[in-house]
Amino acid sequence: MIPRHMAIALSVLFAAALGLSIYAWHVRKTVVSAPRTAAHDTRPLAPPISGPTEQVVLFVAHDEDGTLRAEPAQIPMPSGRQQRAEELLRALVSIYLDRSSPHPLGPGADIRSVFLVDPGVAVIDLNEAFADTHRSGVLVEGLTVASLIRTITANTQGILKVKILVDGKERDTLAGHADLSSYYDVAAVNQLATELQPGQ
Amino acid sequence: MRSTEVQIKTADNLARISKRCGQWRAALFGGVLIALFALLSGAASEKRLSVYSVAANYSLPLVQRDGRDYVGLLELLEPLGRVSAKAEGNKWRLRYNNVQSEFQVGKTRARVQDREADLGSKFLMENSRGLVPVGSLASLLPRILGGPVSLHEVADRLFIGNVATHFTASLAGDNPPRLVFHFSGPVNPSIATDNGILRMTFSREPLVGPASPTLTFGNKTIPSATYSENNGVSMVTVVAAAPVFATFGGDGRTITITPTSTPAQSTSAPTTPGGQPAAAGQPGTATPPAATATPPPAPLFPAPRRYFAVVDASHGGDDHGETLSSTLLEKDVTVAMARSLRQELESRGITTLVLRDSDANLAVDQRAVFANADHAAIYIAVHASSSGHGVRVYTALLPFGEDDRGPFRSWATAQHDILPISQSTASSVASELQKRQIPVRALAAPLRPLNNVTRPAIAIEVAPQGSDVSQLTAPDYQQLVTSAVATAIAASRDQLGGAP
Repeated sequence: MIPRHMAIALSVLFAAALGLSIYAWHVRKTVVSAPRTAAHDTRPLAPPISGPTEQVVLFVAHDEDGTLRAEPAQIPMPSGRQQRAEELLRALVSIYLDRSSPHPLGPGADIRSVFLVDPGVAVIDLNEAFADTHRSGVLVEGLTVASLIRTITANTQGILKVKILVDGKERDTLAGHADLSSYYDVAAVNQLATELQPGQ
Repeated sequence: MRSTEVQIKTADNLARISKRCGQWRAALFGGVLIALFALLSGAASEKRLSVYSVAANYSLPLVQRDGRDYVGLLELLEPLGRVSAKAEGNKWRLRYNNVQSEFQVGKTRARVQDREADLGSKFLMENSRGLVPVGSLASLLPRILGGPVSLHEVADRLFIGNVATHFTASLAGDNPPRLVFHFSGPVNPSIATDNGILRMTFSREPLVGPASPTLTFGNKTIPSATYSENNGVSMVTVVAAAPVFATFGGDGRTITITPTSTPAQSTSAPTTPGGQPAAAGQPGTATPPAATATPPPAPLFPAPRRYFAVVDASHGGDDHGETLSSTLLEKDVTVAMARSLRQELESRGITTLVLRDSDANLAVDQRAVFANADHAAIYIAVHASSSGHGVRVYTALLPFGEDDRGPFRSWATAQHDILPISQSTASSVASELQKRQIPVRALAAPLRPLNNVTRPAIAIEVAPQGSDVSQLTAPDYQQLVTSAVATAIAASRDQLGGAP
């Protein structure tokens, strides 16, 4: 025969264990189902860039005189060919997003990804904010396009043509003028970049 | 005695009846007069849409519904081609040549060849008659007719195809001054003068105005002329300090305005195309030239004109281009600049078509199609920008031509074979702008439809010389730029005319 006080103690302990189990199950369920908002998503998008930096050439657009200038830069570069191309363009965009930018882009403008497809095709995927907030004009849009293409082709061998997408989709123009419906001929863009150099 | 009383009463009754009959007659006559007046005033205020096309010039009555002007679409298309319509419930199906369209009563959108078209207001059907808002014609008709349409909505004038008659005005000689109007086609206006003002009213001609509605000549005797259009007619009003008269010449393509007191009158009498005076310069006289002479008969189906230059006012409709300021859109500057360029080119004897002469939507592919179909010697796209200074002259930056097959060029690289001539023309234009102290650069640009045009093609992007964007709307700056471009095009005429 179990003494009465022992029975009461065991019942209390059993009730406490049951309550804690239910609470633990509830907490776990809440954590699993909580939406992960983009703003609070702290997961890394790309592997950390570390190690030695490399000297690259960025072709930076300057609005005040409508030129494209080759500017050397030291940036940490990953080893993969495609990742290198993405880093190059992100470094270029970060210059344009800076407060003292010579060719300002709208807030939130970014490169979603770059695909290098053999033989000789590069696909640059811009995010929606890049195109939606871009200033309109033949020269201002042409400078952006020439800057992106010249930068990627000057630092990556073997690219013959470049396609620009916006948010993974085809778009007619960047901001009403620069044509995005066709593949850019790298040789023609290089020629344009030469025409856009200061003093030309 | 009794008989006399009866006679008097009868006479009184007759007089009363006669008086009453007179009152009735007067009332009836008055009523008829009022009804006639109401009928005539109603007829006078009826709004009509003037339609100008290669096939026919005609006018159609407009009806007002919900405060908007509507026109019968079937009646509008009937003179232009094979057209039929069928009403099924609240749907109205229209077939014009091989183009099928479907409209739905109360809906603001229609389907033309399986593509949606915005009407801007509800479609209406009355007695199986389909009515569309007049404002929708600028975007609807190009898709049904497959060609450019220009709607002057405020003036109720519709231009179908390349039919517009343009004019230039220039002052020749100081003493006596002669104001010479050159028209791109024969005209026969009715002319009226009143206290030094000479009005030429063009009710049948598809006359369109210059870039600026007011033309000033810097002369005391004939200081200015203005262009206006309203209720389906256009009018040119010449303001003069002395009585003036008009002389027709050049097969109805030239009208010369001269003061009546000048020696020119005695030596060379003003004549209509038939050699008769067109209008006496006395105040209050109105002498339509048709009353004194018969103008040369116009052909019933004139051949479509071939234009030397096609000027494309870029953007338009929903495509605003760059927002240059809070009150200024690129599409508005380009159309003003294109009209100015047309005037400059035509004053140099270069026939010019402005592709978008109103605020209409026009796809880039359509722009290239019009330029290619017209076999124009030069295509010039006009853009405006708030960034940078001066003018940029562009030629096509051709995309990668992966679809080129032997002699066949892809649509994307259609400009390829003619690009050297385009570049040479762009250089000429840049040189001429430089001569006039305008900052200029000649560049390649990934700008459609330059790469789709099979003829020499350039684009100009005009920015202000300083930081003031409002300079783009200043007529003197526009003219400075467009006159330089026109001079360069005129100088390259031989090279362009001979382009394959």
